[in-house]
Amino acid sequence: MYNYLEYGSSDAPRNHEDPEQYDRFMARIEAGEKIEADDWMPDDYRQGLIKLISMHGISEIMGALPEKEWVPKAPTLKRKLGIMAKVQDEMGHGQLLLRVAEDLMKPYGKTRKDLIENLLSGDLKFHNVFHMPTKTWADAGMVGWLVDGAAIISQTNMLDASYGPYQRALQRICQEEVFHAQHGEAIIMALAEGSDHQREILQESLNRWWPSLLMFFGPASADTTGSSKQDIMIKYKIRKSNNEELRQAFLDKYLPRVFSLGLTVPDETVHYDEEQGQWVYQQPDWDEFKQIIKNKGPRSKERLRLRQIAYENNSWVRQALSKEVVGS
Amino acid sequence: MERGEEKVITSAEQAKQDPTYLQALKELLYQLADDDFLVSFRGSEWLGLAPHIEEDVAFSSITQNTMGHALLFYQLLEELGEGKVDVLAHDRKPSERKNAIYLEKKNGEGHYTEEPYYDWALTVVRNYFYETFKKIKLEAITKSSYQPLANVAGKVLMEQPYHLAHWKLWFEQLYNSTDDARARLQTRIAEAWEEFGDVLELGPYATEMAHFELMISEVELRDRWLEEIELMLGTLPSRTLGKKYGSGREGEHTSDLDQAIEIFQDVYVSDEGAVW
Repeated sequence: MYNYLEYGSSDAPRNHEDPEQYDRFMARIEAGEKIEADDWMPDDYRQGLIKLISMHGISEIMGALPEKEWVPKAPTLKRKLGIMAKVQDEMGHGQLLLRVAEDLMKPYGKTRKDLIENLLSGDLKFHNVFHMPTKTWADAGMVGWLVDGAAIISQTNMLDASYGPYQRALQRICQEEVFHAQHGEAIIMALAEGSDHQREILQESLNRWWPSLLMFFGPASADTTGSSKQDIMIKYKIRKSNNEELRQAFLDKYLPRVFSLGLTVPDETVHYDEEQGQWVYQQPDWDEFKQIIKNKGPRSKERLRLRQIAYENNSWVRQALSKEVVGS
Repeated sequence: MERGEEKVITSAEQAKQDPTYLQALKELLYQLADDDFLVSFRGSEWLGLAPHIEEDVAFSSITQNTMGHALLFYQLLEELGEGKVDVLAHDRKPSERKNAIYLEKKNGEGHYTEEPYYDWALTVVRNYFYETFKKIKLEAITKSSYQPLANVAGKVLMEQPYHLAHWKLWFEQLYNSTDDARARLQTRIAEAWEEFGDVLELGPYATEMAHFELMISEVELRDRWLEEIELMLGTLPSRTLGKKYGSGREGEHTSDLDQAIEIFQDVYVSDEGAVW
C-alpha cells in the first residue's frame, strides 16, 4: 500500500483545459460525486491518480515478495495455507489496482507492459517497507500485523476517494486487509506466548521494522524530502488526512498493543504527550528513506531482480498466448 | 475380510483390526498425502513468479487447495495413529516418504529467492500429467472399502477437476501456439516419459490394495492414464514410460527431495517443541 508520492509529475500545466469544464469538475468533487473512468478530468488529477494507483498496485505485487520468502518455509500446514492465501490476496490486489491504472493510462496509449517496464527501469517506485530484508518467521507475522495494520489506516483514509473505480477497489482491499492483520496477529500471538527463542525473534523483528513502520506514512511535510504530493491529493478529495495524522493514528492504535504484549520499540523517548495530544517519537532517518525508495534499499536490487527474471524468463509464454489471441 | 464380500470399513478402529489391511491402507494414504504435499510445495515456490499476475492468483489458489488435500490425507493417517499431521508433513526422513520422484523435481534452475530460472513448460507438463492421474486415482478411491477415505476422495473431487481443467487449458494453448512453445513442451514431455513411471505405481502393497478393494489395480490405473494422455497428444511417445531415478513408492528419492525438505522444515526444526 502506498499513498505517499515523491516524484509526481502532477504539477503538469493544465494546457488545453477549458476553465468552465474544470470548474464543473471541481463542483462535482466538492459535492462528493464520484468520477468515473470515462468522465472528463483535469490532467493533474489523472496523472496524480496514475502515479498513486500504479505505485499502490505495484507495491502490492512487490510486497508479495518479502512475505513470499516464508511461504514454503512456514512452520505448519495451517500456517503454510494461511500465508499462501494472504500473499495470493496481495497479488490479487495488485491485479485489481493495475486494471484501474490501465484504464486511466489508456488516453496516453500506455499499458501494463509499460508499468512493469517502468518498475524494472526504476521509474515506478514501490513502497519503502518492501525494500527491507526478512530474517525470521517473526517477520512474516510482523508484515501481516503492523505493515498491513499501517496499510489499513492509510487505505481507510481513502475509502471515500473521489475516483470511483479506485474507491470501489479499496472497499474490497480493506475488507481483505482486516483478515491479513488478524492472520499476522495470530502469528505474533503464538510467538509472544511461545518459547524464549520465539519471543526473542519477535522482539528482534519489531526492532528491525520500527523505522520502516514510521517511514511508512511518508514525511510529515514536503520540507523533509523536497517534494510531496499530499496536498493535491487532499484538494481533489482522494485522501482526507495528511501523513502525520495517519502516523499518529497508527501509533494510537498499535503502541498500546505492542506494550501490552510485553514488547518494546527501539526508541526510549517515545511517549504520548497529553498537552499536544499526540505521540512524540524519534524521527526515522529520512535521508535513508529517500535512498530506499530510489531503489537503494537493502533488498531493492534483489527484489527487482526477481521480477525481472520472472518477466524475461516467461516472455516466451506471453508471446505464445498473444499469438493465439490474434489467431495468427 | 475377503474379496467380493463388499465389506465396508467405516472407522480407523475397524481398519486397525486387520494388520495387512491397515498396512495397505497406510501405504496408499502416504502416497496420496506425500504426492499432494510435494506438488503443492513446488507450486508454492512459484508464488510471485508466474508468467502473469492473473496466473499467479489462479495457480496459488490451486496450490492452496492441493495442500489442503494433503492435509486431509495426513489427517486420515493421524486417525490411524501415525502421528500428528505436522510431524508427518515436516519431520519424516526421505526414505520414509512415498511421493513419486517426478513430483519432487525442482521447478528449474536457481532458488525461489535467488535467480529463479523456473520453467513454465515443466510446470504445465507436470501439473497436467499429475492432475490427470490424480482424477483417475480419486475416482477409483470413491469406491474404496475404507469409507473415511472414499468420503475424502468425494470431497476432493468437488474441486480437483477444475485444477485439471486449468492445466489442460494451459497445455492445449501452449501446445498449439508458437513453434517455440510447442518445442519446449515436447522437451518436457520427453523428459516426463523417462521419469513419470513411479507416479502410476502403487508400491509394495499394490496387490493387497486391490485385494482389499482399497484401490483399482496398477495396470488399470496406468491404462486409464495412458488413454487420457493419448487423447490429448494424438500419439503417445513410442518408448515405454520409464522411472529413471527409481520409485518413490519404495522410498527411493533424489537430492531434489532433500532440497525441498530443507526448505519446508526450515522454521519447524528451528524450535521443535514450539507451538507455531
